[in-house]
Amino acid sequence: MNRINKLFAEKEQDILSVYFTAGYPAIDSTREVLLELVKNGVDIIEIGMPFSDPIADGPVIQKSSLQALNNGMTLKKLFEQLKDIRNEIDIPLIAMGYLNPVLQFGLEKFCQHCKDVGIDGLILPDLPVDLYLEEYKDIFQQYGLHNIFLVTPLTSEERVRLIDQETSGFIYLVSSASTTGARKDIQENQIRYFERINAMKLSNPTLIGFGISNHETFSRACKYAHGAIIGSAFIHALDEGEKSLKEKIQRFVKSIKT
Amino acid sequence: MAATNYNVNKKGYYGEFGGAFIPEMMYPNIKELETKYLDIINDEGFQREFKSLLKDYVGRPTPLYFATRLSEHYHVKLYLKREDLCHTGAHKINNTIGQILLAQRIGKKRIIAETGAGQHGVATATVCALMNIQCVVYMGDLDVQRQSPNVARMRMLGAEVVPVHSGNKTLKDATNEAMRDWINNPEDTHYIIGSVVGPHPYPDMVTQFQSVISAEMKTQLKEATGHENPTAIIACVGGGSNAAGAFYHYLENPDVQLIAVEAAGKGVNTPETAATLVAGKPGVLHASRSMLMQTDDGQVIEPYSISAGLDYPGIGPLHAHLHQSKRGKYIYATDHEALKAAYQLTKFEGIIPALETAHALAGLDKISFKQDDVVVVNLSGRGDKDLQAYIDNLENYVDNE
Repeated sequence: MNRINKLFAEKEQDILSVYFTAGYPAIDSTREVLLELVKNGVDIIEIGMPFSDPIADGPVIQKSSLQALNNGMTLKKLFEQLKDIRNEIDIPLIAMGYLNPVLQFGLEKFCQHCKDVGIDGLILPDLPVDLYLEEYKDIFQQYGLHNIFLVTPLTSEERVRLIDQETSGFIYLVSSASTTGARKDIQENQIRYFERINAMKLSNPTLIGFGISNHETFSRACKYAHGAIIGSAFIHALDEGEKSLKEKIQRFVKSIKT
Repeated sequence: MAATNYNVNKKGYYGEFGGAFIPEMMYPNIKELETKYLDIINDEGFQREFKSLLKDYVGRPTPLYFATRLSEHYHVKLYLKREDLCHTGAHKINNTIGQILLAQRIGKKRIIAETGAGQHGVATATVCALMNIQCVVYMGDLDVQRQSPNVARMRMLGAEVVPVHSGNKTLKDATNEAMRDWINNPEDTHYIIGSVVGPHPYPDMVTQFQSVISAEMKTQLKEATGHENPTAIIACVGGGSNAAGAFYHYLENPDVQLIAVEAAGKGVNTPETAATLVAGKPGVLHASRSMLMQTDDGQVIEPYSISAGLDYPGIGPLHAHLHQSKRGKYIYATDHEALKAAYQLTKFEGIIPALETAHALAGLDKISFKQDDVVVVNLSGRGDKDLQAYIDNLENYVDNE
């Protein structure tokens, strides 16, 4: 059973998914960040594959991506870093990034490597569902990779249904029409959107992302979905202060959960 | 066997290039454009307003000028399609007029655009002033500093110019930032892309608005030479909008050679080049699959050219297809060759071309023609904005002759 499905079968609420950029803050921090997040009780980790032109991301993730690339991060390097990670980690791991580096690496080769290191799912923001169905679905399934689609407040009901039908992990509810890290709170109109999605009784679980930055927004989002995703706020926390990476991660995850 | 078709197909592809690799956040806007753009453009009322503005506001038709002295020099019948005489000084405004009318028809109240050298930004700010619509132009911080007269122009026209500090702070990053703005403001905003790039339907939509260039060319050539077909058309190509417009009505006519000139910068074998078809591989950038300058890891490489309007790491999918199918001949010219051609045109014909356009003129040296061949160079823009570069190089190019 895919680890994503296993998680949602065992845990129905307050699921915390954290995004970080591989190779950030240092080229070799990937493993340390992963292990530390797991140790502090995170449920899912999204491993960001840095790209030079991340159009769906705000300034914080742009900066971490650029820094990671300047550190020498590549997909090849990432797969080396993730080798044997499954001896130490059992939570779902999702690779998140843009299409071009994946295509240059070679789509099938990429999927094979994901399977080998134990990646459970993919989030590729610039792969729309229509194109996925035509050209990617078969190959992702062949390697046991769940593709996670985004739904936004402007996604039509018909399209939400299509996405639900084609999803086999969870649906990523983008909390507002925005890039990542653009908002710091959750407002009434967003709640109406979450309620509208809930009323559709989708067959897949949902996680809310974009604008989840602290305990308050996390717990608020958890009322309307199975959990929430934090990205920019976590990257930001890695930047701040003099403490060790380990302490920063520990402190951040704790601040979200309590 | 079906005849070769150079038009975009239903899914937004030219051969294997094009498509719409958009995040879900952009889907409603792109879908709306895709569904409506052809009906809107082909509507009689739209065409009437578009043509009337092109005539009375832009100054179309632009002349097709027989360049006597250059013709003698190259032993060919050389015509210049004078897009430099358009209002705002380049072909860019053909597209911005079309898109602002389209934006009005889909009820958008706010316009965003990206710009490199500032020509598309100025053309967008101009039509927004004309229509009294809010305008925000994204421009790489480096370009803001390099192109201050165009920044001042846009501000005078009432546009907000936002310097972009991400990435390498040039055109590619300005495009990223405009897309991010659109993601954050999906309901009231239309994004006027300045070239035949981006997700479907932009490449086709912009091509259609620019196709007025080759439509006029046909009529004017018929009048001047008795035939509407030239032997060859030469245009410069960065993203490729002026070339797309100059080629469009001749795409299905194999007798007409289509020649596009990319910017080689300091040479195609140096890292400082913008010749995407030489230095690039297929890839996905700005929601479209085309040829792309990138590392082996798929990270986009910042191009270089003396001409700020040609230093884009990609190329429109139509051009990638014309190149691959060999319908078009794609060549390149270096900074040096372009500068030489610019001084030559100025001296021979009394026309100072834009540095982008100078690359097309440099193409004349690279193709051999017969005496009776009729060649049209699309003179896409005027050189006022490049005066500083011309002044800086004056001694090297004028005094040595």
